[in-house]
Amino acid sequence: MEGRKLRDMFGSETKPGTEAEEGRNTMSQAGPVTETSSRAEGVAAPARLAKTLEAKEVNLYYGDFHAVENVNMTIEPNKVTALIGSSGCGKTTFLRSLNRMHELTPGASVKGSIQLDGEDVYAGGVDPVAVRRLIGMVFQQPNPFPTMSIYDNVAAGLNFNSGKMRKNEKDEIVERSLRGAHLWDEVKDRLGRPGSGLSGGQQQRLCIARATAVSPEVLLMDEPCSALDPVATLAIEDLIGELKKEYTIAIVTHNMQQAARASDNTAFFNLDESGKPGHLVEIGPTDEIFTKPKKKETEDYVSGRFG
Amino acid sequence: MTPPPAQAATLSTRSLLSGEGSRGGSLPSWAPWGAFVGALAFCGLVEAALGWFTIALMVVFGALVAILAIYAWSRPIEGARRAKDRAVTMAIVAAFGVAMAPLVSLLYEVLTRGARGISWEFFTSDARGVVGGGGAAHAIVGTLIITACAVVIAVPIGIMAAIYMNEYGRGPLRRALTFFVDVMTGIPSIVAGLFAYALFELFFGPGIRMGIMGSIALTVLMIPIVIRSAEEVLKIVPNHLREASYALGTPKWKTIVKVVLPTAFAGLVTGVMIATARIIGETAPLLVTTGVVDSLNTDPFQGRMQNLAVYAYNEYRSPGVMKQASYDRAWAAALTLIAIVMILNVIARLVYRRYKTEIR
Repeated sequence: MEGRKLRDMFGSETKPGTEAEEGRNTMSQAGPVTETSSRAEGVAAPARLAKTLEAKEVNLYYGDFHAVENVNMTIEPNKVTALIGSSGCGKTTFLRSLNRMHELTPGASVKGSIQLDGEDVYAGGVDPVAVRRLIGMVFQQPNPFPTMSIYDNVAAGLNFNSGKMRKNEKDEIVERSLRGAHLWDEVKDRLGRPGSGLSGGQQQRLCIARATAVSPEVLLMDEPCSALDPVATLAIEDLIGELKKEYTIAIVTHNMQQAARASDNTAFFNLDESGKPGHLVEIGPTDEIFTKPKKKETEDYVSGRFG
Repeated sequence: MTPPPAQAATLSTRSLLSGEGSRGGSLPSWAPWGAFVGALAFCGLVEAALGWFTIALMVVFGALVAILAIYAWSRPIEGARRAKDRAVTMAIVAAFGVAMAPLVSLLYEVLTRGARGISWEFFTSDARGVVGGGGAAHAIVGTLIITACAVVIAVPIGIMAAIYMNEYGRGPLRRALTFFVDVMTGIPSIVAGLFAYALFELFFGPGIRMGIMGSIALTVLMIPIVIRSAEEVLKIVPNHLREASYALGTPKWKTIVKVVLPTAFAGLVTGVMIATARIIGETAPLLVTTGVVDSLNTDPFQGRMQNLAVYAYNEYRSPGVMKQASYDRAWAAALTLIAIVMILNVIARLVYRRYKTEIR
């Protein structure tokens, strides 16, 4: 990533890098990996190698309530990882812990570690604000800022956090982000109009443009299509397929067809009964999870027989 | 109430649709007005016959009779449910009328009496060295200066306190603050005045009178109102907007400055205007802090300063040689005060309409 080291991005006092990290960083700069995957048949060529997100023995709590138990999983770079499972099993909670949004809920706490290319985002000295700059998020309800125009919504992250920036540079990023979100042609003539005037599907794509404008490494999506109609949903799914060329994507969904259509890997979460913590049942390539899952539980869920 | 199935089958669909106990008819559209006017006339006649006719009694009894009348009229034609609906509607409209009556009467009195005292001189000259004449320019200017100073002090403190309470505060400290803000809302205004007087007396000695003292007293009254209204407005800024901002890697303070406050702007302005309107007519705390004076003073840090409420009070208390002229000026001052409050309200509404954000 342009030679920037993770610990520099996280700021102050992270541990000195180990051999393994150095290796990973070199890998992410080097061409070969990109080239091999671009040569592979049927796989979209990554425009750049994004970062890997790895959860290790993650336990999440709301006060005394144990919400998610002992999750170990890897969210692979430049792939879409879908998190599926019944309501209340902790998918969204887990997703929010990945960019340290979980701790914004009063009383919420995290045990275990979540590593972005080997650096623990929960380590002491890591600034949660810096983590969220690298790991962006798109929410269930489209939530453009109601006081801002379409342009300012996309540029919000830059305006808030990047200091002074030249106008044409900003214009360029806004246009690129809107094109990336497949929204440019629909809004290019009314960039000054309020973002809340768009349709639900357009608003959600606006939110995706806003999230990508600050060029994060990872994009987390929390049921991004649940408030949208099927046409808008399809547009977002296509977009997700495009976005994985540049970003690592994790998406929570209740729609199993969506997981099957849009994701490369699928993680199935479940809970034994309500009041018990949710846990990861299994994770694997999407077609395997849907056709020959290793666990009976998963098979029951994906084929529609619950419990 | 539910008829047995056998009976239900015999009822026609038409009678089921028009409701229980109804003959399927409905009253003419003028029925509520008709009932009200009829009831008024009836009560007026009865009272006249008994020999103790007054308009107020006629209206009060008329409203009560109208409620009964519309029920009795509607019951056999429209059925029980719609009759009750009509009676309750009538009762609610009557209650609204009762609530509005004093307000309308007050406005009428202030307008008719105040208009007599309004003149060019009233707005342009002060009352220095004038016997039984002069204007209220010094009081108008004083009111504006004292209130403006109070607003300048109270609004930042109030809004920042509200931000603390809504965005940062947690646990016992927050609860204690909420409690004390509630207590402060109920402080009698004279206590605020005495507080300001005592505070300044510590530094400047007894008998001190300054415009800014009045502003401090008004600030004490205004801060809790601003906090309360700002807190309510901040509370309705949806959390998903804050989260959207955090997810872009925005620190909390910047999220508040760039997202929360702009979203709440229209509501904050309305709250400030309401608080301003609430304090601009205060009399008691200003009597003990800014004092009574006849000449124009534009320096809030030096000497006594007149304001409209105290001016009105004083014109009535010590009318001087031409009593009626003094009384007229007192009413004119009241009218001016109401006009200022109304202008503030109109501005607040315009700002609200211009800047309100659709919050889902």
